[in-house]
Amino acid sequence: MGVIERASRFQKRSIKKESKIEGLKLALSMIDLTTLEGSDTDQKVKQLCYKAQHLHDDLEGLPTVAAICVYPNLVGTAKEAIGKSGIKVAAVATAFPSGQSSLQVKKLDTQMAIDQGADEVDMVISRGQFLSGNYDFVHDEIASIKAVCGKKARLKVILETGELGDFDKVRLASEIAIHAGADFIKTSTGKISPAANMPVTLVMLETIRDHYLKTGKMVAMKPAGGIRTAKQALHYLVMLRETLGDQWMSNQWFRFGASSLANDILMQLVKQAQGTYQSSDYFSID
Amino acid sequence: MAKKNNNRLELGGGWNYAPAPESSPVKIKDRYELFIGGKFVKPKSGKYFKSINPATEQAISELAQANDKDVDLAVRAARKAYTEVWSKMPASERSKYIYRIARMLQERAREFAIIESMDGGKPIRESRDIDVPLAAAHFFYYAGWADKLEYAFPNQKTESLGVAGQIIPWNFPLLMAAWKIAPALACGNTVVLKPAETTSLTALKLAELIQDSGLPEGVVNIVTGAGETGAAIVNHTDVNKIAFTGSTEVGKLIQKATAGSGKKLTLELGGKAANIIFADAPIDQAVEGIVNGIYFNQGHVCCAGSRLFVEESVSKEVIEKLKWRLKSLVVGDPLDKNTDVGAINSAAQLETIESYLKIGEKEGLEMYQADFKSPKNGFWCPPTLFTDVAQSSRIAQEEIFGPVLAVQTFRTTSEVIQKANNTPYGLSAGVWTDKSSKIFNLTSRLKAGVVWANTYNKFDPTSPFGGYKESGYGREGGLHGLDAYLKFK
Repeated sequence: MGVIERASRFQKRSIKKESKIEGLKLALSMIDLTTLEGSDTDQKVKQLCYKAQHLHDDLEGLPTVAAICVYPNLVGTAKEAIGKSGIKVAAVATAFPSGQSSLQVKKLDTQMAIDQGADEVDMVISRGQFLSGNYDFVHDEIASIKAVCGKKARLKVILETGELGDFDKVRLASEIAIHAGADFIKTSTGKISPAANMPVTLVMLETIRDHYLKTGKMVAMKPAGGIRTAKQALHYLVMLRETLGDQWMSNQWFRFGASSLANDILMQLVKQAQGTYQSSDYFSID
Repeated sequence: MAKKNNNRLELGGGWNYAPAPESSPVKIKDRYELFIGGKFVKPKSGKYFKSINPATEQAISELAQANDKDVDLAVRAARKAYTEVWSKMPASERSKYIYRIARMLQERAREFAIIESMDGGKPIRESRDIDVPLAAAHFFYYAGWADKLEYAFPNQKTESLGVAGQIIPWNFPLLMAAWKIAPALACGNTVVLKPAETTSLTALKLAELIQDSGLPEGVVNIVTGAGETGAAIVNHTDVNKIAFTGSTEVGKLIQKATAGSGKKLTLELGGKAANIIFADAPIDQAVEGIVNGIYFNQGHVCCAGSRLFVEESVSKEVIEKLKWRLKSLVVGDPLDKNTDVGAINSAAQLETIESYLKIGEKEGLEMYQADFKSPKNGFWCPPTLFTDVAQSSRIAQEEIFGPVLAVQTFRTTSEVIQKANNTPYGLSAGVWTDKSSKIFNLTSRLKAGVVWANTYNKFDPTSPFGGYKESGYGREGGLHGLDAYLKFK
């Protein structure tokens, strides 16, 4: 109850003018531009990589997105297409999205992504094991994948909060992931509804805060799925700011997992620059 | 010994919000007269006083000062309306008028919210989201009871009292007017209401609204002025009922003045509520509850959780998180939508609060305030907390009525119950724990009219509100709130 109320308070901050433009650009730079379809092809990924580097060339001074997020078999394609732009390539791994496989397969899946050059790995936890109370199993599995990532890739741990049931479980799963070595904790795969929402993200941010206050170690956060509008993104930034403070306000410590969010932010930025809304036809759909 | 924790969260260096002042135009007249018998009339006293905006110290309007002659006219108008119209009218018709007031209040909500914030200094977020909607909700709720009183009190015959004199405080001006007027009208009484002298504007706007609503003349009369006006109402021989919300000091005077007069009396007075955090509480939510408990409406709340009791084993964590949370509170322009804490209601109140800050420092308590640059004009006090406070400290004993929290620690449940009850007040309390058995234990043993569990400062028209001991007697809100405006046969 308190979580939901607090989360709704963030939505009452007013973000206008300079503050809005700055916030929107920050949000844009935090996006993990994502395509996770069974129908993804090399061409589709290349198009997405081009978009990531040329979000809207008509508008000057735009940042790029933070990363491209793809399936492991497409990492090589993405890596090549993204070149030296500085944009990271993230791969979902560990039998994404269900996580229903053996540790051996999951490690191989991760290894394949890293061998192809993935900078970041988005793994899923074994929700079945978690809900059965086998917390050690969940912890050890994350730690094993972290060992595969080593220093080559930052590890994002997806809790799939929509399958965990309540805030207490989200909090527990966050703690397990952080203690097992997660660089990021992430809400959702985007394949399950509900995906990310503000109350769930708040609980995870509070777990990160408590860990930081105890140990001094910063952990990053990534809400994913369901964040489609610029306004929502600004609400998340307000929440981030008031929960974790200035240090977390960069794409090293916060990401949005989203596919359609970028275009809505672009539309808002063009509106701020030109005073009127443009048709969505002016924004490329890659 | 654990090593010193230097991990600090930073705030204020990076991205921030833009000011977003509420800019809708509102209509405020240069001068307001007394609302008597359905008309605005000049005061017999011939005197006026200024109402100022506490955030800017600029005068907003001039208000009539009612003397005993004016009060007498208002009581006569109320008596006439009672005898000739309101007491004869079928209850279902009365309820229609009250419903109409509620709907019109909703329609004009924005204007009321802005004026409330201009006149009283409370943040627009609160007046917009809490004060005004809740005021309308009270009219709606009591409109529904008007023709169902026989179901509220089965097997009892009820009768209205007559003329009710109502004196309300400056912390929730419109809301308190609604708390008083709605049940009085629903039960068939007529009203003479006096708003507080620093915050009369929304009551006068309500008078305009009542005029527009077509409520029969004299059913509601609103007279402005300070303590003398209030005394004239209390001492008027043709008033049947006094309802007062305000300080315990004045409450005691009213009780003396009405003794033996046959007037029915309800008092809602001060408080010094204990907000109790157990080690097994959801700490982050509890921190929100602490903030909402004491910094809501700048702490100008009779049921504010001004005494914080934290179980010793978690006190360090709670205080650290609380200090961080204070940094993210936006203090400033009440009309800015981003503002969390607005201006102190008046110069006099600021002086009181500051005198307590000095007392706290003198007592050697550790004081914490987040950085705050006070604007040149206006009355300001940033959210403040005192830690390591003892039960014998004045900061923990006396009602400050400002954004000042006294933090105390406890070791056992029985200790905290003892400490919480060790006060002349008994209006409200809060309990934070994940263990429901503890909640039931405390709710039955805390001597307070309202006990919130895992939340704080929640108000609803269906829920009765009122105090124990020196916090007053009688209940407002809910079915119990009808009792105060009826006699039983």
